[in-house]
Amino acid sequence: MTHWESVIGLEVHVQLQTQSKIFSGASTHYGADPNTQACAVDIALPGILPVMNRTAVQMAATFGLATGATINHRSVFARKNYFYPDLPKGYQISQYEIPIVSGGKINIGEGDTLKQIRITRAHLEEDAGKSLHDGLGEMSGIDLNRAGTPLLEVVSEPDMRSPAEAIAYLRKIHSLVRYLKICDGNMQEGSFRCDANISIRVEGDSELGIRTELKNINSFRFIERALNHEIQRQIDLIEDGGQVVQETRLYDPETDQTRAMRGKEEAHDYRYFPDPDLPPLVIEDAEVEYLRSSLPELPDARCDRFIDAYQLRRSDAQQLTADRGIADYFEETVREAGGNSKIAANWVTGDLMAALNRDSLPIEQSRVSPISLGRLICRINDQSISGTIAKDIFSDLWDNGGDVDQIIEARGLKQISDSAELEQVVEKILSKFSEQADQVRQGQGKVLGFLVGQVMKETGGKANPKAVNEILSRKLSP
Amino acid sequence: MPHRQSLSALNRMLATGGISSTEITTHFLDRIEQNQQLNAFVSVDREQTLAQAQQADHSRRNERNSNLKGLPVALKDIFCTQGLLTSCGSRILSNFVSPYDATVVERLDKDGFIVLGKTNMDEFAMGSSNESSYFGPVLNPWNTARVPGGSSGGSAAAVSARLAPAAIGTDTGGSIRQPAAFCGLTGLKPSYGRISRYGMVAYASSLDQAGPITQSAEDAALLLQTMAGFDSRDSTSLDTAVPDYLSALNTGLENVRLGIPKEFLDPSVDAEVLSAIETALEEFEKLGAKLVDIELPNSSAGIAAYYVIAPAEASSNLSKFDGVRYGHRTAEFSDLLDMYEKSRAEGFGDEVKRRILIGTYALSAGYYDAYYLKAQKVRRIIANDFSQAFKQCDLIAGPTTPSTAFTLGENLDDPVSMYLNDVFTVPVNLAGLPAISLPVGFDQSGLPIGLQLIGPYLKEANILSAAHSYQKVTDWHQRIPGDYE
Repeated sequence: MTHWESVIGLEVHVQLQTQSKIFSGASTHYGADPNTQACAVDIALPGILPVMNRTAVQMAATFGLATGATINHRSVFARKNYFYPDLPKGYQISQYEIPIVSGGKINIGEGDTLKQIRITRAHLEEDAGKSLHDGLGEMSGIDLNRAGTPLLEVVSEPDMRSPAEAIAYLRKIHSLVRYLKICDGNMQEGSFRCDANISIRVEGDSELGIRTELKNINSFRFIERALNHEIQRQIDLIEDGGQVVQETRLYDPETDQTRAMRGKEEAHDYRYFPDPDLPPLVIEDAEVEYLRSSLPELPDARCDRFIDAYQLRRSDAQQLTADRGIADYFEETVREAGGNSKIAANWVTGDLMAALNRDSLPIEQSRVSPISLGRLICRINDQSISGTIAKDIFSDLWDNGGDVDQIIEARGLKQISDSAELEQVVEKILSKFSEQADQVRQGQGKVLGFLVGQVMKETGGKANPKAVNEILSRKLSP
Repeated sequence: MPHRQSLSALNRMLATGGISSTEITTHFLDRIEQNQQLNAFVSVDREQTLAQAQQADHSRRNERNSNLKGLPVALKDIFCTQGLLTSCGSRILSNFVSPYDATVVERLDKDGFIVLGKTNMDEFAMGSSNESSYFGPVLNPWNTARVPGGSSGGSAAAVSARLAPAAIGTDTGGSIRQPAAFCGLTGLKPSYGRISRYGMVAYASSLDQAGPITQSAEDAALLLQTMAGFDSRDSTSLDTAVPDYLSALNTGLENVRLGIPKEFLDPSVDAEVLSAIETALEEFEKLGAKLVDIELPNSSAGIAAYYVIAPAEASSNLSKFDGVRYGHRTAEFSDLLDMYEKSRAEGFGDEVKRRILIGTYALSAGYYDAYYLKAQKVRRIIANDFSQAFKQCDLIAGPTTPSTAFTLGENLDDPVSMYLNDVFTVPVNLAGLPAISLPVGFDQSGLPIGLQLIGPYLKEANILSAAHSYQKVTDWHQRIPGDYE
């Protein structure tokens, strides 16, 4: 049986989170009424001219620096010409021959599976508007709010060999752009989009097979499914004696199918040429150095530091550092929790993330602050409350807010460690369950747990389990 | 009578209170109405224009603001103006009213200039005869069987017939200088980047430049002073200080080296034109200028390079006219492609279609290197020729056009001979330099002849002062066509 290898390259469209558009002063805010955020430049009135948004340039350069790429001191904007109603000028301003960022790399995997994915280039361009078809009968509508939103198109080399690697790469880019605060990473709103180039070849071959391009696959889940589907389609095709045709295909998540959009013959001749309205984009060394010095700690470095400084397992550290907001949250929690990093890691990766996922909230909108979580951990640590009670308090905080200590006080949840008080409860339980007490005395140690449970139940979970254990063991020792 | 005065003279009269803006404006509006046969104007709003003149008079009386000139000027229909049609001589924009003013319009308005109306032009500034306009040809006031030149033909005809004291045009390959030469006027194309292109409908973005079409160099200086300067909305506009053009006018010609390129005096130029140029050059010598023989060896390749670069840029610039958001949309269509095709087929005239096709071809995969890139190389070589020449001289002089105004329809079936009209003007645009055309005589049939002065980059003041020196001792620029005196 032939072993097939898939070869994948990705083009990621990163919407840069500038206040205004790449070539105009209109707002880039998402979700406004159609065409309320499109100025004369965006709707391409006669006589308009583009003016470069410097913040977009700096964001692009920052991405380049964070991936170890070359920042080209002089890059050129070109016009990509084609007709489409959501493309108001009849051309898209993009970078063609000389992009702002060349080269660069992203590491995926770890240990034996550590692999470097090369970034060919990253270039600046403007987004198009949107065509609207719903609720307009036979008409089509055009919303130009998105037209002119700055995009950074990140093009990888065909270095990925499986959908899993492609996803890992994509997650890394996603994490990075959020670290750099150049993109909100919101895939539902289209702030982070991906096209994939896929081919297959017999394992061990060095020649690349004929590739297809999968357009606009816009969630991590769909990307994996779409890639798997497309790879299988190509394998089936070749094993049945057919050939892959170079074409652009669209993935339909409803049917889990891809279908041909346009073939090579129908490919546009975009007639690229340098845009005469924009002088070459120049970025001086001083500006590059300033941006380099402003780079935040990047995910890989932060992950290593977390393992080191907080003594975390790599998997926990990776989970905690994948998102800058979560990493920040974690570190603030640890500070508040008096350095109790392992318990903090368990809480953040456990209850907190579960709650965020359940309510579909980003970390920035967490209903429990890192300060509250840190205090909660302190109370566990100083044995004021048990872990079980802490989970209950966390839910309370999440749903109703409030202060950890006040909740413990008001609801009387403070752990009972006072031995006199616990002795009484233990006596009561031993007389109630004398049969089980005898069993323990006769050496059936397992039954001890049952008795501890009964004490806990009697105290509403407030008894310090360790103390209960001690008292019971002493009283029942043969 | 106000129409026998230059813009500068009217400015002085207004300043001394000898005349009001309302009187001047009314007079010119009347003349526009009485001379519609020239077809120089596309749209005029008499009421609105008069209201502005009255406002200007009021402001000058009450605020004593000497910056508010109250002078009327005509504006080529390529500049976006709120409230007035901006058609660009095309059917595809024949219903378009801009919601914003071009920077040129804003600056004119700020200094109190009043827009008399929008002038006819070759469609999208593509043409050398003003015959490609959707609104029909403009006639030359010197001889109505002749073309006024193009593409700023309406602007030139309007000033020539004194329907306006001055006008604003645009020049991509000669569109200010050639009509100025054909109509006996002074036409200045400033350096590329000197005047903002914001709000000027683009034909060929790397070549387009606005400028004045006037009766004299002094008038040109007055308008350039208002229009020049950096504009943050145009990334190709220059962020350098604007000199005082008016006070530089009297610098004189003493020891100014005038380079005469032998390539511009070749036998293809009409003998009467050559003779008028030679006489004018003698006059410049009398004024103190030194004539120097120079070479512009590659200028003959200018037309070829221009007719690749300009259409290439135009093919892309004109893509926005697709019937989707504004402008002409075909009445009936079956689908999107059909709508595009019909709207554009109906909306554009033949010359525009020709240039869109040439430009699209030149940029196509497989042809780009041979045409577009090669043309860009030629462009750099031509610019370099000028740099070399300016090591030996201060200004370059020669004929503006190879002939005087030709007959309407004469070149319509022969685009190439039409294009050759721009042989002396096009290299200047390719090099981004400033140049002026000024009247230096008439041929035997009474048609004006223009001389072109080309300056180094940003040396508008030198060109204007040289032209002004000549105009102080000659009166060609004061001649008015007989029917319009």
